[in-house]
Order: sequence, then C-alpha cells, then structure tokens
Amino acid sequence: MAKLPTTSGTRPRGTRAETTEAPATAPQRNKLQETGVSTIDWLDERTSLSAGARWMMFRKIPKGTNWFYTLGSATMFAFLSQAVTGVFLAMYYDPSATRAYESVRFLTNEVFLGEFVRGMHKWGSTVMVILIFLHMARTFFFGAYKYPRELNWVIGVVLLILTLAMSFTGYLLPFDQRSYWATTVGVAINGTGPLVGPYLSDFLRAGPEFGATTLARFYAIHMLLLPGIIAAMIGAHLYLVARLGTTAPPWIRAESSPELREDSK
Amino acid sequence: MPVPDDRKQQPKTTADAKIPGAYEGETVTRRRFMTASAHTAGGIATAAFTLPALGMAFGPVFEKEQVRWEAVGPTEDFPDDTYIPRTITLSPGIGEVGKSTVYVRRYNDTIDSEVKDEYNDYVAITSRCMHLGCPVRYVEASERFICPCHGGVYDREGKVSGGPPVRPLDRFYTRVRDGIVEVGPRYSLNSELRRFSPRDPGQAIDGVGQYLYPSRPSIRKLPGT
Ligand code: HEM
Ligand code: FES
Repeated sequence: MAKLPTTSGTRPRGTRAETTEAPATAPQRNKLQETGVSTIDWLDERTSLSAGARWMMFRKIPKGTNWFYTLGSATMFAFLSQAVTGVFLAMYYDPSATRAYESVRFLTNEVFLGEFVRGMHKWGSTVMVILIFLHMARTFFFGAYKYPRELNWVIGVVLLILTLAMSFTGYLLPFDQRSYWATTVGVAINGTGPLVGPYLSDFLRAGPEFGATTLARFYAIHMLLLPGIIAAMIGAHLYLVARLGTTAPPWIRAESSPELREDSK
Repeated sequence: MPVPDDRKQQPKTTADAKIPGAYEGETVTRRRFMTASAHTAGGIATAAFTLPALGMAFGPVFEKEQVRWEAVGPTEDFPDDTYIPRTITLSPGIGEVGKSTVYVRRYNDTIDSEVKDEYNDYVAITSRCMHLGCPVRYVEASERFICPCHGGVYDREGKVSGGPPVRPLDRFYTRVRDGIVEVGPRYSLNSELRRFSPRDPGQAIDGVGQYLYPSRPSIRKLPGT
C-alpha cells in the first residue's frame, strides 16, 4: 500500500501521499516490510528528513579514500560508548566525598556486569584519547586542515581539549588515593597559569581547599556540561565534513582529460 | 580625488521614507523596533537563568573561608629540635579526605629564621609539597622533608634544598590557649621566610611571582602579620 519515500518534486510539499492501492503487491513483500516502509514514509512526509539523511550518507568521496578516513568515526563511536556506559554507571555512582569510593566499590564488586561496564568506560576513555590523536594526525598529514577546512580543524582542537577535560574530571570520580592525589596535583598544575591560575583552581575546587562540594562539581562537569558540549561540537564537525567533502590523500593527483595533456599531442 | 559617494541618501525619519502611518519625527520603523524588543526580551530571559547559575558556580572563588583554630595537643608534647606529626581538618564535613598532616615543634632561636611574633611560638609546617601538592614526610635521620612524587627535598626549616619545589613549605599560624597548642589558618613564605597570603602549590612568590600569582579573596593571611 505504502510507497517508498519519494524524491522531492513528485508531489507538492505538504500534500498527502496517495493512499490508493499500490499496483499488485509483490508476493515476497511481506506485511513486516510494508509496515516498516509505511512508517518511514509517514515520518518523511512530515519531516522531510530523508533528504538530509541522503545528503549526509550518500556523499561523493575522493579517489584514494582509505581506512585512515575511519578514525574520526571510530573516535565518535568511542564517545558514544563512553556516553552510554557512563549513563549507566551514574545509576550506581554517588558523588559525595564520604560515599563515592564505596559506591564505586559496590558497582564493581556486587552489581551484575558492573565491573564489565565500568571497565568499558575506564579503558574506553583511554581508547578515545588515542583515537582522537590518531584522527588528528591523519588530518594533519593529509593536509586536510587547509582551506576551506580550517574551521573544522579549530572545532577539532576544541573537541580534543574537551576530551582531555573529560579524562581529568572523570579521573577523580572513583575517589581512591590515586584519584585524590592526581587531582590535587592536576589542580595545582592548573593553578600555575599566571594571573588567572589561582582563581581557576579556586573555581575547580569550589574554594581554597579540596572541600565538600569539589567532587560534585567535578561530577557535574564530567557527566553533564562537557558531554553536552562535546555532542554539539561533534554535530558541527560532521556538518562541516558533509558540507565541504573530504580531502583526497596528498599522493592522489588530479587527472586532466587526455586531450589537454601535453604529451598526447 | 575623493570617490563620490553614490550611495542613496537614507531618509532620516520614517515620514521622509513615506512609510504609511509614520509619526512626526519617528526615526525607527516599527518593524525594527519590534525586532529589537523581541531580541532584548530574549536576551533578558537568557540572562535571567544564566547569570544566577554562573554566579553559583563562581561564588566560592570570592567567598572568604572561615578562620578556624584546632587544638593539636598540650605544649609539653612538642620539643624544639624535631617535629611531631599531627592530623588537622582542613575541610570539615567530608571525613578523612578533609584531613591533613601538620608537623609541629616549638620555635627554636638557633634553627629558626622566621621573624618571631605571637603566632609562631610553635612552628606548624604543612605536609603539602610546594611543587604540586603531594604529601611530604619528615625524615628524622636526615632532618629533611622528602616528597615521594618528583624528588622534592626541604631542610629542617622547610626551605627548599633540592628538586622542583618553588618555595618553602607553607606554615600554619599557631597560638597557645590554656596550655594547649592550636593550629589556625595556613600562610605561604618566600625563600627569606617572609609571610604571604596562602598560595597553591606550584606558585612561586619570590620576585615577580607574587604578582603573577596574586592572593585570592577566598583565603588571606591574618591581618597585621
Ligand atoms: C556522557 C558521557 C559520560 C558520562 C555520563 C560519564 C560518567 C562517568 C561516571 C558516572 C564515572 C564514575 C564511575 C567510575 O569511576 O567507573 C566516570 C568515570 C570516568 N570517566 Fe566518564 N562519563 C562520560 C564520558 C567520558 C569520556 C568521553 C571520557 C574520556 C575520554 C571519560 C573518562 C572517564 C574516566 C577516565 C573515568 C574514571 C574511570 C575509573 O577510573 O574508573 N568519561 N564517568
Ligand atoms: S609534588 Fe613534591 S616534588 Fe612534585
């Protein structure tokens, strides 16, 4: 009954799709497929999202595109994995100075699959940092930061800083000796920035000493503030990728048409 | 030769522009006025929730820490030739995490070069390394404070004798009440053991350092010291 999403132009915007019988349904098209197709059709008729999806997914890519071009997506999947595992860790985590350690211990030792999910988050954070640097190296060595893609490089640098800030704020959360002292040292390093450093470290600690609200502050930054900004930045990054297209590897030369070649005469 | 300005002269008032229903002397069109009002309203609404939220996040930077004095033991507990470690609470209400070790001894004219006043009958030295804040330990045998992190070493007075630390170990004000030694707020010292408002580890205060790392509103040395 339903039709595949039509390309724009076959019917004026805002009009209903025809509901008349489709020509004799092919026997192999079962009920399930019908439902799927008509759902998508229903959505697309109201949102026109398929055009955007096609714009994003069916892009022309340059000759020579290779596996190194997947590093950006790999970084994004590492982030998605962090986001999903993190949300579920947050169901057991308690950001209070007196209970944080115990809540992480409980999550690791008692909760079904807790150790596994925590392990994914913990190792995943390192994987994400490694991937982000590899991706950055790829764009650097392929010269992909040049005109007109400078802004995407800048957004990438912001994403790198945000990712490192995620690692820094996340490291405190298990609240064991290593977390505590690493954060003490990290905040002190941050305080050595001239003029603003001392105020910044007071901001991070919520006061001149590591206090009752420091952990909650790190937690809020780690799980709400930064992931939100990172997600938005990834959106902007990908928009520019689709908008500008990707660069060919530096060893690919543009091919001129044979008649224009000097030696073909 | 000046380039002739061939742009159209903009009419000064809406009446000059022949906009229907224009008032005498009206210079802003109603459409522009409405646009500006809508943007202003949006700006005010955004500021109404953003500013208080930011204020809450940055408030602690300007809030003054309360001065607290904590008893660490009777005067006769503390000799003048070695340190006795005592635990004090730096941040109340968070259990073990808020505690820290101080090294206490009586002021000794032959060792001490810090100027004597009412607040240092007893010398109380922090265990926080002035490189980046790891916990230092006083080693009796070598009469040195030693940091486990990056090899910072301090002499018996807490002055840097080696490694990366940028200034002598911070101290705490002390006073005696009814024969009990009490430890108060922390202060920092430059390499001549002159007092400064407390800085964080890693912040040098010799020379230009004291201006590069200004004292903060949240924590200050006691007035008059
Ligand atoms: C929406 C995103 C995220 C949420 C909700 C989240 C939430 C959490 C929670 C609840 C914990 C404490 C539990 C634990 O220590 O195992 C944690 C720890 C941690 N997070 Fe995240 N996180 C997110 C993303 C990230 C990202 C992107 C990174 C780094 C690239 C990261 C790095 C860390 C690290 C290093 C720890 C300490 C892990 C450990 O030592 O156990 N997180 N996070
Ligand atoms: S923190 Fe003590 S030497 Fe680095």
